[in-house]
Amino acid sequence: MSQTKGHTLALQQLYQGFRDPQTMHALAQQIAEKAKQLSCPLRVMEVCGGHTHTVMKYGLKSLLPEQIEFIHGPGCPVCIMPKERIDQAIALAKMDNTILLTLGDMIRVPGSKTSLAKVRAKGHDVRALYTPMDAIQIAQQNPDKQVIFFAIGFETTTPMTAAVLQQAQQLRLTNLFFHINHVLVPPAVSALLGDDDCRIGALIGPSHVSVIAGAKIYQPLVDSYGLPIVVSGFEPVDVMQSLLMIVEQVLENKPHLQIQYSRAVNWEGNLKAQQLIEQFLVPRATFRWRGLGEIPNSALQLRPEFAQWDTEQVFADHLSNEALDDHKLCICGDILRGIAQPKDCRVFGKGCDPQRPLGSCMVSSEGACHAYYRYANVPKMPSRAQEISR
Amino acid sequence: MNKGHISLSHGGGGVETQQLIQQLFYAHFDNELLRQAEDAAVFEANGALAFTTDSFTVSPIFFKGGDIGKLAVAGTVNDLAMMAAKPLYLSCAFMIEEGLPFQSLERIVSSMALELKKTGAKVVCGDTKVVPKGAVDQLFINTSGIGELMSDQIRPSAQGLQPGDVILVSGDIGRHGAVILAERETLQLQAPIESDCNSVWPAVAALLAAGIPLHALRDATRGGLAAVLNEWAQASAVSIDVQEAKLPISESVQGICELLGFEAFDFANEGTFVLSVPAEVADEALAILHQFAFCKNAAMIGEVLEFQPYPKGTTGLVILTSPWGAQRVLEPPQGELLPRIC
Repeated sequence: MSQTKGHTLALQQLYQGFRDPQTMHALAQQIAEKAKQLSCPLRVMEVCGGHTHTVMKYGLKSLLPEQIEFIHGPGCPVCIMPKERIDQAIALAKMDNTILLTLGDMIRVPGSKTSLAKVRAKGHDVRALYTPMDAIQIAQQNPDKQVIFFAIGFETTTPMTAAVLQQAQQLRLTNLFFHINHVLVPPAVSALLGDDDCRIGALIGPSHVSVIAGAKIYQPLVDSYGLPIVVSGFEPVDVMQSLLMIVEQVLENKPHLQIQYSRAVNWEGNLKAQQLIEQFLVPRATFRWRGLGEIPNSALQLRPEFAQWDTEQVFADHLSNEALDDHKLCICGDILRGIAQPKDCRVFGKGCDPQRPLGSCMVSSEGACHAYYRYANVPKMPSRAQEISR
Repeated sequence: MNKGHISLSHGGGGVETQQLIQQLFYAHFDNELLRQAEDAAVFEANGALAFTTDSFTVSPIFFKGGDIGKLAVAGTVNDLAMMAAKPLYLSCAFMIEEGLPFQSLERIVSSMALELKKTGAKVVCGDTKVVPKGAVDQLFINTSGIGELMSDQIRPSAQGLQPGDVILVSGDIGRHGAVILAERETLQLQAPIESDCNSVWPAVAALLAAGIPLHALRDATRGGLAAVLNEWAQASAVSIDVQEAKLPISESVQGICELLGFEAFDFANEGTFVLSVPAEVADEALAILHQFAFCKNAAMIGEVLEFQPYPKGTTGLVILTSPWGAQRVLEPPQGELLPRIC
């Protein structure tokens, strides 16, 4: 559906074949057959919330043997955002003459007292963008206002933020500012694997992160922790094939790094995008992840020479950095660390649901709690009165 | 009459208002009842009547496959049709933002007149308000409608679903929602799609004429198919099993969903309706629907089962079965539709 000069690529080409029932059944059978040889349960962490979404939306758990268990990882940029950063976004949105821009579900995440959506309902100008590049146009159309882009996301979305800043610089925009919350996959996963409570036996890495950063980012984890890592696409067939690769690696007892999503991922990644990121951003000394706590070098900030675009410099007086903990009953932290499942939470579906979320995992469609709530597995149906054959 | 822009004086009740009524509304909606020009329209009616109202706001007011006027007629006429009632009379109230180009209003009124011809329904009374700039977004329209129930036996109802029924949809789903989203976000589609906005009474009339027992009918407007099926499952205390592979979805709608992380069954429709009918008449009902161009993609998508108690405090349940047999709950849409992040 997207059209470029000279040639077109139909979007369906990107997923057709990767949702084929026969392929799914064949993969499920092979996994079940091989899993019989596993000597102990295999706990696979799908790092990315997009994979959690695939697992739940396509009902993959019902196709897998009991020995294989999913642990849902911290790869949802909305879920790992600590409350103090959300409070900062709210403080920025409440400034006079300000338009605050952000992406998707971020608008609904509760901070310590309120959310961006509620602030918007009170008349402040908060907008959800479809693409970060829209920030440029909004800044140009509103020269009398300060336009703030609350940038979130892992390696996948970081180049877009850098590209927006590059264009803002070229256009000499003086009313567009950036609040950078970009985070990095490897340091967070490394923190989990180094934890004494860690039960993770293998990792499924997100393909879109490696399209940008390359598969290479996971090699140090394989070297340090000796577990299978497969960089996987997001279609159901992709995830099933990745699981088969993991089971085979475990049985051969030769853990290594494999690329399942060879359609677009290579070892090095997109070097141009990596250079663009480096040009504008550097790692922060430390960043507090919701549920995981402080992790050194796990997030990015603007380089000092771009201070005039950096809200944390320009509007520092408005921003508090005091760490804020989650609601006492919320176990998002344990879920993000992979030591609890959404169903272990006392308030799941009772005091906490997508319309009134207590914790961030219930907010984003990529959050584990939201995925469990929305795509709840159905108890086995009785034999159907009649099979639909028409 | 000044044909530039609508001004506050057009709503003032004086000469300009009269000109607008005479030269625009009477010219397009012309009928005897409207021309009575009394404080209320007076008419005779037989038997049971259906009565409904709806207000319409849409941005942009012109979109591929329709406009706010076509929507305002089709929406109310379809609400009547979903009760198996033949649409007879409509009221029509315009709330116009000053400065709206007269040509835009004329185009909208003319499109309403064209849509009315599809069912023979008539606008028999109306109202015009013009409000200062910023008080409404260009134009809001309210229509109410009265229809005559055509059968004593066939009275479709949200409570009418029975185990053994099958669920049909009258066409491919999600087109109106996808079109509005694509126009707001200026997405360029390789295969352009049009809104399904349309009056569906002719198809319902044909089903009634053939004596198809319509247990339930609902146009899947805001909230889409997912909302309709959940409301039905709860109202009738049944389970509905939907086969994902059987959902008719156009390539472009599916493409927009893939791109932004939406589901076609959450998108609004404006001329696509859902039916619950006994399994044994499903083929006949589909054959009748397929005779209408706007129902050419009509399909059977699922079946109604006895409700199985499910620990969630609900009285009904909608299940989505994947092509490989995995089953999950199909929840009604919640909150704003926000695009996914990555």
